[in-house]
Amino acid sequence: MTNMLKDPAVLRELIMDHYKYPRNHELVEDDSYDSRHMASDSCIDDITVQSKIEDGIIKDIRFDGVACTICTASTSIMTELLKGKSIDEANVIIENYFNMMNEKTYDEDILEEAIAMMNVHRQANRIKCATIGWKAIKEMIDRK
Amino acid sequence: MLDVDKIKNDFPMFKNHPELVYLDNGATTFKPSCVIEMIKKYYESSSVNVERGDYLLSHEVSSAYEKARNTVAKFINARKDEEIVFTSGATDSLNMVAYGLIDKLNKDDVILLTYAEHASNILCWFDVAKRKGCKIDYIDLEPNGRMRLDTLIDKLNFYGNKTKVVSIAHISNVLGYKQDIKEIAKIVHQYGALLVVDGAQSVPHIKTDVQMLDIDFLAFSGHKMCGPTGIGILYGKYDLLDQLHPMRYGGGANSRFDINGNIILQITPHKFEAGTPNIAGALGLAAAIDYLNDIGMDNIEAYEQELKAYMIEKLSKLENIHIYNADTTSGIVAFNAIDVFAQDAGSYLSTKNICVRSGNHCAKILHNLIKTDQTCRASLYFYNTKADIDKFVAECANLNIENCINIFF
Ligand SMILES: Cc1ncc(COP(=O)(O)O)c(C=O)c1O
Repeated sequence: MTNMLKDPAVLRELIMDHYKYPRNHELVEDDSYDSRHMASDSCIDDITVQSKIEDGIIKDIRFDGVACTICTASTSIMTELLKGKSIDEANVIIENYFNMMNEKTYDEDILEEAIAMMNVHRQANRIKCATIGWKAIKEMIDRK
Repeated sequence: MLDVDKIKNDFPMFKNHPELVYLDNGATTFKPSCVIEMIKKYYESSSVNVERGDYLLSHEVSSAYEKARNTVAKFINARKDEEIVFTSGATDSLNMVAYGLIDKLNKDDVILLTYAEHASNILCWFDVAKRKGCKIDYIDLEPNGRMRLDTLIDKLNFYGNKTKVVSIAHISNVLGYKQDIKEIAKIVHQYGALLVVDGAQSVPHIKTDVQMLDIDFLAFSGHKMCGPTGIGILYGKYDLLDQLHPMRYGGGANSRFDINGNIILQITPHKFEAGTPNIAGALGLAAAIDYLNDIGMDNIEAYEQELKAYMIEKLSKLENIHIYNADTTSGIVAFNAIDVFAQDAGSYLSTKNICVRSGNHCAKILHNLIKTDQTCRASLYFYNTKADIDKFVAECANLNIENCINIFF
């Protein structure tokens, strides 16, 4: 991991940037995409995640919806991180991400910018916000 | 005036969490020692069933359970104790009315609600309407949540005698507007419909007189009024209550049955209380009502209005805060910090030991009205203080995205 990603100020800035300017933040109307609407009563984030997975490769991920800083930033970072990855590579990254959320050991390096979410578990009620976008892509990968 | 310092001492939660500023009383309330002691006393010294045994203890518990019913009846000025059914909460009570009316509803009948109703006063009606082919329609609200009586009358005229039920909250859980139930009841009854009132946010905070208001059915929860969880009340005018179809059957609700399926049910209200009831809950609720009565519901209402006015005055000085319901009188303040998602604001406040609720407060469709998807809600009770509000307002001043993200570092 580069030292920059150890600096809280940088991580804070990352979250802010992904919240204000979320990446891949537009859904497409295209039948070749799978889609998951993630919303629940206990959490007010309400997002839809789309993915196009072909030949074992995640060709595209997009999302949209109304959500808090953590949900928006974590999903935005996820779309950038997993796009272009093979399903196998993506599964390893996702597993490490959930390990980080659950305070288990994880590989900092492969999480790249997603490391910005490393302290979310300190506000336990927000873990859901940081994971619903990731759960959506995981569900779509598992269905493939 | 209330002696709030003394009152705070009645609540062990404040002893265990002296730093807490609890402003989520719309969700649930803290319990005074007298309620906790009552429950403890039941389990420690009279832990037997009601109406089952021939022994003295059982008789005593049965009497205490029925006395609790009387305490509730007096609290809302019901005509008689038999108009009070113990339920598991407002949700249960509303479901009992909706499904209890199922035989009386026919295809194309109309059920009128408002956009401000809690999920618990919508979803059971949706299901009943679907099963019976009824139509659900909504009475318009003004932006502050006040029901527009002209549109109520328009709808009733439009549907004629097809309108069978009007079911509305006395006080909305999001905007806190207190509806003029007496006037609404008069109109609804002129058209021969039933008025069901969701009192979950009103009964704990204002004096409720079901006779004066002419309410047909009233639902409320014990836990929002210093009582235990898992206990609530369904009030119904005796004849109307008696005609409801019971949703549940079992021991305690029947007096006789045979193997051919002939059942003679107990008389109302017992026929609605199949199974061993929440005895500890009923006794705890009665203790909570005694406690509220000692303070006085008029005093509680006046003090909450004073606190609410104080909160609005302070909060409206903050440029980063938008208040949605400054002019409603109940102790509910719906607000957002500008450019801050409600959940982010809620989490920030929580790191400062301030409890508010962020979200859509179950009243999802209301947001068409106030044009936002989510709000924070601060809801007061009589044990809150101006000092609580000062702390809350001081932290509201700090609500911006940067601070909300900083809590993660
Ligand atoms: C207006 C209103 N109705 C009904 C309910 C449901 O109450 P309970 O969850 O206690 O059944 C609530 C609780 O939040 C409420 O605010």
